[in-house]
Amino acid sequence: MTITEKILARHAGKSHVRAGDNIWIEVDVLMTHDVCGPPTIGIFRKQFGRNAKVWDPKKVVIIPDHYIFTSDTHAQRNIQVLREFAKEQHLPHFYDPGTETYKGVCHVSLAEEGFNLPGTVLFGTDSHTCTSGAFGMFGTGIGNTDAAFVMGTGKLWVKVPETMKFVIEGELPNYLMAKDIILKIISDIGVDGATYKSMDFDGEGVFSLSMEERMTLCNMVIEAGGKNGVIQADDKTEAFVRSRTDRSYEIYQNDADAAYASIHIYQASKLEPMVAKPFLPSNGVPAHTLSHVKVNQCYIGSCTGGKITDFIAAAQILHGQEVQVTTVIVPATVEVNAKFDQEKVDGKTLRDIFTEAGAVIGDPSCAACLGGPQDTFGRLNHDEICISTTNRNFPGRMGSKNSQTYLASPYTVAASALTGTITDPREYLNTSSSSE
Amino acid sequence: MENMIQGRAYVLGNDVDTDQIIPAEHLVYNMDDPKERRLYGIYALSGVPEDEAGLPSGKVPFVPKNSESAPYKIVIAGKNFGCGSSREHAPAALHIAGVHVVIANSYARIFYRNAVDGGFLIPYESQDNLSAEIRTGDQVTIRPDINILKNDSTGKSYALKPLGEVADIVRTGGLFLFAKQNNLMPK
Repeated sequence: MTITEKILARHAGKSHVRAGDNIWIEVDVLMTHDVCGPPTIGIFRKQFGRNAKVWDPKKVVIIPDHYIFTSDTHAQRNIQVLREFAKEQHLPHFYDPGTETYKGVCHVSLAEEGFNLPGTVLFGTDSHTCTSGAFGMFGTGIGNTDAAFVMGTGKLWVKVPETMKFVIEGELPNYLMAKDIILKIISDIGVDGATYKSMDFDGEGVFSLSMEERMTLCNMVIEAGGKNGVIQADDKTEAFVRSRTDRSYEIYQNDADAAYASIHIYQASKLEPMVAKPFLPSNGVPAHTLSHVKVNQCYIGSCTGGKITDFIAAAQILHGQEVQVTTVIVPATVEVNAKFDQEKVDGKTLRDIFTEAGAVIGDPSCAACLGGPQDTFGRLNHDEICISTTNRNFPGRMGSKNSQTYLASPYTVAASALTGTITDPREYLNTSSSSE
Repeated sequence: MENMIQGRAYVLGNDVDTDQIIPAEHLVYNMDDPKERRLYGIYALSGVPEDEAGLPSGKVPFVPKNSESAPYKIVIAGKNFGCGSSREHAPAALHIAGVHVVIANSYARIFYRNAVDGGFLIPYESQDNLSAEIRTGDQVTIRPDINILKNDSTGKSYALKPLGEVADIVRTGGLFLFAKQNNLMPK
């Protein structure tokens, strides 16, 4: 069996499952946020009764992150709905905006708070719940009806997915990031290339990555239609988990005779910095082929590209330089934001590097990654052309239908900020590496 | 499930994502408040680029100005319909706007599941390239009992793929009704 098959079998109380089986599984964690939480709660109350209790308060994790810093009254009301539900149900894991418990982007917060545990099953009312697969666990996005069902029963039916294997051979060159790898894979298999399937990442190139970078890989499997992404847990995974929690976990490995739907092998040394053109994440081409494209906004943030490693990468390029176009920086979480004052590149803090370069730093949240209410920080309200570390470039994704979004790594976005056109980061990394 | 579904078709292309079906700024309305719920219908498919809205001509608003629902009961689309976010607001918005059936070449997994488990829509798959065969505004008839779509405007018929393993959930009207009928709910 594959890792995904083993985790699902275990949670179904079975010794063996096969791809295609429909099974009922026990859920370890249900995560929801301010956009899908209120309607989920509405369905939960309607179906289980106004006074119903969630199946296990410790396992329902509510992380408001989407529409936080907005004057939109509906959005504010929705956070209040979560607040009252968390109080009524005595939920210990509610991260309340405007208080010390507030975290920020849910997928990054789950890792920080020690909810990402090898071998466990996580459902979230957000398609990027697949991010957590970086920890050798099963994580996938579901809708409000399914989430309400889990809330009341702790169970859900799933179809066991086939697994596609992606092997990255060799260590990554210094100019390459996980974002480049996943954009390359999606450009090869298409936006529906992994529909209903699990994407397993393997090889030296993957295991040389930090946990944050592994999260970027798994984060975007949904952009190929994937059900979940998974990376076998190793020493780095265990060290990360142990630094965050003492909860228990179990590590699963792919059997030598595990069945794969397909196997795709890449040589890391042959990959290039990639950019996905509007309006599909599968429109990836090498960054250097787009050097004629002018941009008027650069955006670094989100669950995909707003983790601390993403900002350290951006800072390596922006250090001592000045941006030529509006450059928006949104740390995913409060913790990432705090690290802006601790992490340094060449003796200077990230916050100083970004501020001196002329970038503007926003409050931790999903912000303009998905457009959101009109007053959202960094939102594309007109016909902007933006290069972004986020995950989607569908029409109107970051705001106006007249705007355009190019997707790239933090290196490539930072390099493009310095020139005002799409720029291969090797132009900057080669020169700065000689001064280190 | 109805024995026969008749209505006008609204035709879209490939890879229509959930931001096009219901743009993110509208995800704030309360589904349980009748007044706010109507807004999901009003803004359904408002994110589709003008040229792709209502094929083959484009520039056909799904919900006419000053109207609260769409004059289309059936949505026809290409491959990978509903890709992107997990927002259940997407199939719900189509349902609230008056859509009963979507027919696409293929679906993104979460949209498909939400359409079925929420009991919002019947998501049929077709092997034919119906986006090229049917024009926005055509009157069509669906016969769920024999999995056939007929374009009444041209008289041509097309096979729909059987709903398969989700047919029982579709028939009962969603996951909760299915679970209650099959004693899968806790007391």
